[in-house]
Order: sequence, then C-alpha cells, then structure tokens
Amino acid sequence: MSEADGLVRLRQPIGVTYNWSAGPNATSHLAGLMNGKFVGKRCPSCALVYFPPRNGVCPKCAKILAGDVEVGPKGTITTFCIVNVPFLGQKIKLPYVAAQILLDGADISMQHLIQECEAEDVRIGMRVEPVWKDKSEWGPSLENIQHFRPTGEPDRVMGAESGAS
Amino acid sequence: MADLCAVVGVGQTKHAACRADVSIAGLVREAVDRALTDANITIADVDAIVIGKAPDSLEGVAMPELWLADALAAHGKPVFRVHTAGSVGGSTAIVAAQHVMAGIHGTVLTIGFEKQSDGNAMWALSVPIPFGMPVHAGAGGYFSPIVRGYIGRSGAPKHIGAMVAVKDRTNACKNPYAHLHEPDWTLEKALETPMLWDPIRFIETCPSSDGAIALVLMSEERADKHAGPKAWVHATSMRSEPTAFAGREQVSPVAGEMCAADLWRKGGIKNPAEEIDVVEMYVPFAWFEPMWLENLGFAPRNEGWRWVEDGVTEMGGSLPINPSGGVLSSNPIGASGMLRFGEAAMQVMGKAGEHQIDGAKKAVGHAYGGGSQFFAMWLVSSTKP
Repeated sequence: MSEADGLVRLRQPIGVTYNWSAGPNATSHLAGLMNGKFVGKRCPSCALVYFPPRNGVCPKCAKILAGDVEVGPKGTITTFCIVNVPFLGQKIKLPYVAAQILLDGADISMQHLIQECEAEDVRIGMRVEPVWKDKSEWGPSLENIQHFRPTGEPDRVMGAESGAS
Repeated sequence: MADLCAVVGVGQTKHAACRADVSIAGLVREAVDRALTDANITIADVDAIVIGKAPDSLEGVAMPELWLADALAAHGKPVFRVHTAGSVGGSTAIVAAQHVMAGIHGTVLTIGFEKQSDGNAMWALSVPIPFGMPVHAGAGGYFSPIVRGYIGRSGAPKHIGAMVAVKDRTNACKNPYAHLHEPDWTLEKALETPMLWDPIRFIETCPSSDGAIALVLMSEERADKHAGPKAWVHATSMRSEPTAFAGREQVSPVAGEMCAADLWRKGGIKNPAEEIDVVEMYVPFAWFEPMWLENLGFAPRNEGWRWVEDGVTEMGGSLPINPSGGVLSSNPIGASGMLRFGEAAMQVMGKAGEHQIDGAKKAVGHAYGGGSQFFAMWLVSSTKP
C-alpha cells in the first residue's frame, strides 16, 4: 500500500493457471519435438507448409491442414532483433538475438534464439542450425532447442521473404 | 445510404505516466466531462455509449465497462464494448459513428482509455507462450524485426527514426494534454540514446501513459441544430488479417493497404497527399511513420523515409503528421487510436490550439493494433460530404 497526495493505492497480484488442449495438429507437432524432429503440416489447397501448424487451419485458404511434413533442421534468418532490454522473467543473457527463422521446407518463419556468434555478425539470409539440449531435458516444446547457430554455409539471397513472417 | 454523422465535442485528460490522483473511473469521467462541455450538452442528452480499451489484462480489471457504467451515468442506456487491441480507440469511434449512421441513435458518446500505471502493460502481453521459445521481448521486440525489414528493403538511412521522434516530441510541446513535454531534443542527442531493440532506439519508442478521450457524435438532424464547429465523418474503414500466415507482408500489411484504399474510395479522395491537410497517424515506434506513409498510399513504396528527411511531415510541411505529438508522446493504449481520431476532428473544427494546422479542412485519423493486423481509419472534414 502506498499513498500519493493522501490517496491510497493498493498492489494486488493476480494469477491464472490454464489447461491447454493441443488438438490433433499441434499434437503431431509437439510429439515431433519430443523425438527431436520438426513436424509441420501442409495445406491441402495451397500446398504451403506451416511450422508450427498453429491453429490447424490455413489462414489463407481456411482449409484444415492435412499431412505431416518434416522440415529443417537447418534454416535461414529472414529478419531479427537484437534485444538489449531487461524484463521480468527473462531467461536469456543480454544482449541476445531473437531471429525469425525459415526452416528448410517450411513456408512460414518461427522465432528462436541465435547464439555462438556476435550479435553484430547476424544478418538477414544467414544459414543456421539447431543446437538441441540434452535429451533428458526434452519436453513438448521448442525449448528443446537450446538455440540456433550459424552453419557457415553461404548466405541465402533473400527476396520477398526478407523481413517477412 | 447511411445517414451523416458529425463530431461535435472532444475531451481528453492530461496524459501522464501515473495519474495517481484518479481511479480508472475518475480518469474516464474527466475525459467525458470535457467532451460534454465541449459539445455544450449534458450526459442526459446522450442516447448510447460505446467504449473501448486494450486487453483487460493490462490493468487486471475484467470487463471494466460494466464497472464503469456508474461513472458514465449509463443506467437505462445501451453500452457497447469494442476490443481490437491497439487499434481499439479507432474501431470504437467507428462503431459509435455506425450507431449514428445506421439511424439508431441521435447522440452517441464514445470513450477510449487506459491506465497503464495500474498494471504492467509493457510485459502483460509478453508472458511465455506454452511450447514456444521464450525469446519475446515486448512490443518493441515484436516490431523491431519488421523495422529492420523496412530499412533493408528501402535503403533508408539509420537516422530517419530519430528524426520522426524529435519531430513528434517537439510537436507535443504545443499540446497541453501530451504526456511528454521535452523541448530540448536534437537529432544529435536523439541518436545518442541507447538501442533497446536494435534497430529501435530509446527515443524512437512511445511512453507508457494513463489517459482517456471521449467524443460526442451526432446525427445530421441534431448536428444541424447544434451551434459550434463540427467535424463531419466522410468515410470510415476497418480491416484485419491474421497475425501470421505464409508469405505475409509484415512491413506493409495487405489489410492496411485495403483499409486505406477503401477510405479513399468512400471519401472520394483521388490523390491523398494532395487532398489531405493533416494526418494523425498511429506511430508507437518512430519508423512506422515512413512505413505507414507507404501503406496508406501517400508515398510510393520505399520512398516514405525521403518524405521524413525532406520535412514533408513536419507541422510546416505539405503533409503534417501528428501535430499533437502522437503516440510517441502519449500512449494510453486503449485511448491512443481515438486520440488520433479526435485530434483529426479537432484540426478540422479549428480547435487544436497551438498545434492547429491553419486552414485544415480534411484530416485523417489512423490506428493499428495487434501484430500490425487490425486497422481503423476515418476521414473527417469541416464541411458535409
């Protein structure tokens, strides 16, 4: 409780615990992660591959995503942010690079951490690969990957994908 | 055909980092009382209330519109809540205008608010997402890669963001309600501020604010009998798209382009840069000014930054943007979109005081929200369509 100009202010933390039903699409994706694989889904209409398969529906065609497609493990950075801002619950040392990574074979990027190189050396088009945690630490999460690191392969020339999701 | 609608009153609070002197209800009431005074009516003259704010988690009050009914004297009247994330202030004003244009209500009060100091808005939306990688870092972390994409493809020099920020902070000094009054910024000093979410610098980010705004809207029949200046609504438009889909254009989202094209078509605007006198644009991160200049169809693709550099968007330029100081100087999130709409109305009503653009006849209010996916815009004028 604090008082400003004689007026009372109270601090009242609130919290909520949720259950989350994964559904069949996210289940195959999460089961893939528990086996060290990146499993996405293909739209039966436009044939684009979603990783993660999100809601199980192609946002463009409104068709239910169908077959499992294994993507990656390597990918290309489409854009990134160098984070210098400390925040509550942050688990990663500053500064760090949060990058949009387009896994090979996927048509939409996902966000992950880039390490094992200086932040200033990260660039759009850079090729990266995952560094997995020890299997004993794996769960149904992209956190199974400690981070991505540069492969040393030549950069991919990015056209329309540059800065795209 | 829809009926006509006019803004006849605008009221806003003094925006500040912490309005410890009022509750949420008191903050909202302050804006409402000023809007009613500006319109020279009383709360009894209001037929319906349309209220919006950003996610309830920002202050931890679920469905605050129910709690606020007392402060809004809403008993016996319809109250309608709108929610479209950061664009909500704009969408709320549009829904209110639609209540009038549909011929349902003659006088509608609409309100947008946020009391950021009551919660932790900066991180309320950055909770770790289950099964994902917790590298998110607030709104800045979300928008920074998009800004990087724009800089990369347009070849914009790195100082453009800081130029926008210095302009908006300077403009804000002419607006008594603005949160930040910082008259001493120079480009050189701005460029010395730290990189928070590289390539976004500290100066290029909006503050966290407490604030509210209210507008009084009237039908043509009532507005014609109403003394005082009016802002006639010539066109409104809303568009949205998913946060993420394969091949999504994030720098210039299709939904934003469609929304603007729809606004120009409805408003009979052939050449926006020539025909619009002033724009209140939703720019929470400075680089979005050149990006939205392009998205809205004012500037050609990849050329928006040149307009900034040439001073086109300054108060004395040919297309002034955010003479109020904009979101970069005051960001009560749920109010920010309606502040753009209300400030646009004030310009064509000739009520903008020190930040008035002389002779402004047509003005645009613009808002966006979520992951650049919800868009709301209106075009207002000093004369009827």
